[in-house]
Amino acid sequence: MLNRTSNIEKGRIISRRVFILGAAKILLLAGITSRLYNLQISDREKYEILSDKNRIREWKTPPQRGIITDYFNNILAENDRVFQVHLVLDEVKNFNKTIFRLKNIIDLNDQEVRNIYKKKQKLKPWDTLVVSENLSWSQFSKLNLYLHELEGAKPVLSTSRYYPYANDLVHVVGYVGDASVKDIESKKEIEENFVPGLKVGKSGLENSQEKLLIGKYGIKRYEVNASGKRISQIDYLKETQGQSVRTTIDIEVQKLAQNLLKDKSGSICVMDIYTGEILTMASSPTYDPNKFTHGIESKDWKEIKNNPFRPLINKSIAGLYSPGSTLKPIVALAALEYGIINSEKVIECKGHKHPYELYGEKFHCWKKHGHGFMRLRNAIKQSCDIYFYEIARLLGVDKLSIIAKRYGLGSKVLGNNYIDEKSGIVPSTKWKRQVLEQSWYLGETVITGIGQGYIQTTPLQLCLMTAHLANGGFKIKPNIIYQDEINFDAIISKIKSDKDKLYQKSMLQEQEIDTHQRLYSNPENIKFVLDAMFGSTNEKYGTSYRSRFDDPKYQFAGKTGTSQVKRITDKDRKLDLDLSEIEYKNRDHALYVAFAPYKNPRYSISVLIEHGGSGSKAAAPLAKQIIKKIIDRHKFREQIRKASTNSA
Amino acid sequence: MLTKRFNTSSYSFIDKLKSIDYFMILVVMLIGCISVFAIYSTEGGHFSYYTKNHLIRLVVFFSMFLVLSFIRISIWYRYAYIFYLIGLILLILVLFFGISASGSTRWIDLYLLNLQPSELMKIAIIVSFARYYHRIQNAEIQNYKFLLQPIILLIIPCYLVIKQPDLGTSILIAGSGIAIIWLAGLNIKYFVYSSLALLVSLPFAISILKPYQKSRILTFFNPDRDPLGAGYQIIQSKIAIGSGGFYGKGFLKGTQSYLEFLPEKHTDFIFTLFSEEFGFLGSMILLLLYVLLVYRIVRIGFETRSFFSRLYCFGFASALFLYVFVNIAMVVGLLPIVGAPLPIMSYGGSSMLSIMLGLSIVMSCKIYSQDQISNY
Repeated sequence: MLNRTSNIEKGRIISRRVFILGAAKILLLAGITSRLYNLQISDREKYEILSDKNRIREWKTPPQRGIITDYFNNILAENDRVFQVHLVLDEVKNFNKTIFRLKNIIDLNDQEVRNIYKKKQKLKPWDTLVVSENLSWSQFSKLNLYLHELEGAKPVLSTSRYYPYANDLVHVVGYVGDASVKDIESKKEIEENFVPGLKVGKSGLENSQEKLLIGKYGIKRYEVNASGKRISQIDYLKETQGQSVRTTIDIEVQKLAQNLLKDKSGSICVMDIYTGEILTMASSPTYDPNKFTHGIESKDWKEIKNNPFRPLINKSIAGLYSPGSTLKPIVALAALEYGIINSEKVIECKGHKHPYELYGEKFHCWKKHGHGFMRLRNAIKQSCDIYFYEIARLLGVDKLSIIAKRYGLGSKVLGNNYIDEKSGIVPSTKWKRQVLEQSWYLGETVITGIGQGYIQTTPLQLCLMTAHLANGGFKIKPNIIYQDEINFDAIISKIKSDKDKLYQKSMLQEQEIDTHQRLYSNPENIKFVLDAMFGSTNEKYGTSYRSRFDDPKYQFAGKTGTSQVKRITDKDRKLDLDLSEIEYKNRDHALYVAFAPYKNPRYSISVLIEHGGSGSKAAAPLAKQIIKKIIDRHKFREQIRKASTNSA
Repeated sequence: MLTKRFNTSSYSFIDKLKSIDYFMILVVMLIGCISVFAIYSTEGGHFSYYTKNHLIRLVVFFSMFLVLSFIRISIWYRYAYIFYLIGLILLILVLFFGISASGSTRWIDLYLLNLQPSELMKIAIIVSFARYYHRIQNAEIQNYKFLLQPIILLIIPCYLVIKQPDLGTSILIAGSGIAIIWLAGLNIKYFVYSSLALLVSLPFAISILKPYQKSRILTFFNPDRDPLGAGYQIIQSKIAIGSGGFYGKGFLKGTQSYLEFLPEKHTDFIFTLFSEEFGFLGSMILLLLYVLLVYRIVRIGFETRSFFSRLYCFGFASALFLYVFVNIAMVVGLLPIVGAPLPIMSYGGSSMLSIMLGLSIVMSCKIYSQDQISNY
């Protein structure tokens, strides 16, 4: 009986305990339910984002570069289709074997294979390796034939920068290359759009106009698994192309200029004297920018780098030369403006036997037997040095420096368009004190009068200086990028009507002058200088008489210059060697500046031939050919301008 | 008349069939079906290795469950200790002839399947404890002598399983055993004291754990401690479940598991995959099925006459609930990752075998519910 009651008690205990356990289970169940509610309902969004972050990985695609055109919309830099082969690393089973197969199929050399291994080390296991950036069509089709043997290899149609005019424009347009750490750090637009393999401008306009040209990267979104392997493409935001940049270059003139400079070292610049548009900015020798697009080969690079004529230097803006006699019109103008002399002043040039003397120092004219009695016009026309020694002495270097700077020397012409542009030097007593910490000697003033000594100019500055004179003495803003918001027709007619006005206010102080405002005090002084330049080219005994045009349509006026690269000794003067007998590096630079047509001028030009000898023999004949071309092409240029002005 | 009522041995086969709990079978079948779809989904919607194996095991072990249900409950009673002994011997064999996988030795090769004896032990411990407490009088239970025996019976297999190492199964075995001791009516004070003692000794216990187990536990308290290492599983699992939302991402559309972010998705994390694809709603339905199963087993327990059957049913129901709770709590980040499968759902033969075996004993309790079991 005890057993029985005890059993009933035991059963009761078990039942009670089951209920307690059941209650505990309900509590635990409630715990799980609320946890699931938290995860799946309250925090759902958070986990959805995390899940997407897990499964979606983005790949940036490189932006498309904007194109660069000339004034007539000829393409100077474009994006060409190229054939490439990429390796998707996580699909490649045996990397070494695949590379070996590829090596045979597309003929990679050992250096290229080494580079591929080097590149691979920097990549993540799911990245894509660009094996070859630029395959020929035959390589590409062969690759496609063997594709089934090459796991992970992908033939890709891509784009790359292409310069149709190659050598003719490299100094204007520049070239592109792989973005370096420095590029990324220095330019925000590169940092924002950086994609491995991105090509960015390394020089020229490609570099300075990066912001416009670069475009916007695209995004490809892929669903990936836990090890990063792409499963499927979800989304593709297409990359956008950068804006196109229209330059003011006339490719025909540029081509001619480069052609004329072939086998020479030098520069030719052509500028519209009213609009400041640069039609041509040629520099020689040159090189092929297309070679840089896919990384230049070391052989080619050495060839360019070690060339003694320095093809990498853009001589038009980064080459510094003494202006020589091309400065004389400015010296004359300064002397007239400051009233130091009048144009009738007579000075005698007696030749090498009786040089100009100053405190015992002798200064010779270039002409052995002397020019005889000279007035200012003749002194410019025949480029008499003695005359300019004297007026420079009377004028003083500081006044000369004010006028020279005002007409465009001593500062960058194109501002930020070229990182390598140089400002040059227009010396003054203050400059010498500050920079060289020495006091100025009068002898230095004398040689500055013929464009020698400390003064250093770029060919483009000389071109601008000539333009400022030729347009009647009005400040212009040179540019190489087309400015479609400016109505140049109105400006041209305004300048032409202002030309003959008389002003009370003198312009002799150093001062800021706005664009399209006058630079002179008396317009007659400008006219006098231009007339003297006319004489220099179109009258007998003028230094560039041999290069003249008699047809008024092409008739131009200019000034030669011969800039010494070393001091001429008395011994040299006695030897009086012919150009071919002098060592190349000691030969004079030949310079020529001109404007055309003489009546109603429109264009200015500067020509520089390094170590070319005299300006009249080496530089002026090239200018003649260019002037013919630009005047022939003037009507086409006007048509384009009219069309765009009307449409605007 | 009376004898007949008390002795089911004279029941015809038809009578036995009638007394089967069909509702429970239906629930088991439903969970089984869901499990096949879930495993199918882990393979990205391909009917291949895992799905095939799982389906075969489900069919075989489910049939086994039905057949074994007709074994008299008194036979289970009689051989309870033998069952325990076999389990123990197998566990010892694992020590010497075990097959290793991913750093632990848990299996022995039985030609047809690699058996995980610890899974079998989960059932053996319930059966043997049910027998043990069947004959002990209420007054005796509090006696130290009768307390010591089951504790030793419990510690031996637990120790062997921890040695494998397999913390999860060991905890489940201990949990099931303790559940029966509780049900049998041991004074609450023992439970209070021992849990206090456990709490105090916890730091020491942790210090003797394997490094990976330690890091799992530390990671549980702060999953971001090592997001790509030990914390990875739990972080990814929570992302998967959370991103499922209310309705889920849809069948075969669970990106977390499909894209292989989920570890162990066939086994311990099968609930994660299911919850990602079927959301809160699906999870609740699955939980409900488990609750129904547990409820059904408890009901059968109440219907049976013998203490053995009753203790077994209540014990197994609690164990089953414990398995489900530990697994789900683990994958939702409420418990450290200790490695415990979700009954029926998880891929794994031994786990399936032990659950089906356990269920067949429950069914046997039901069929022979009126059987008296003598006290020897």
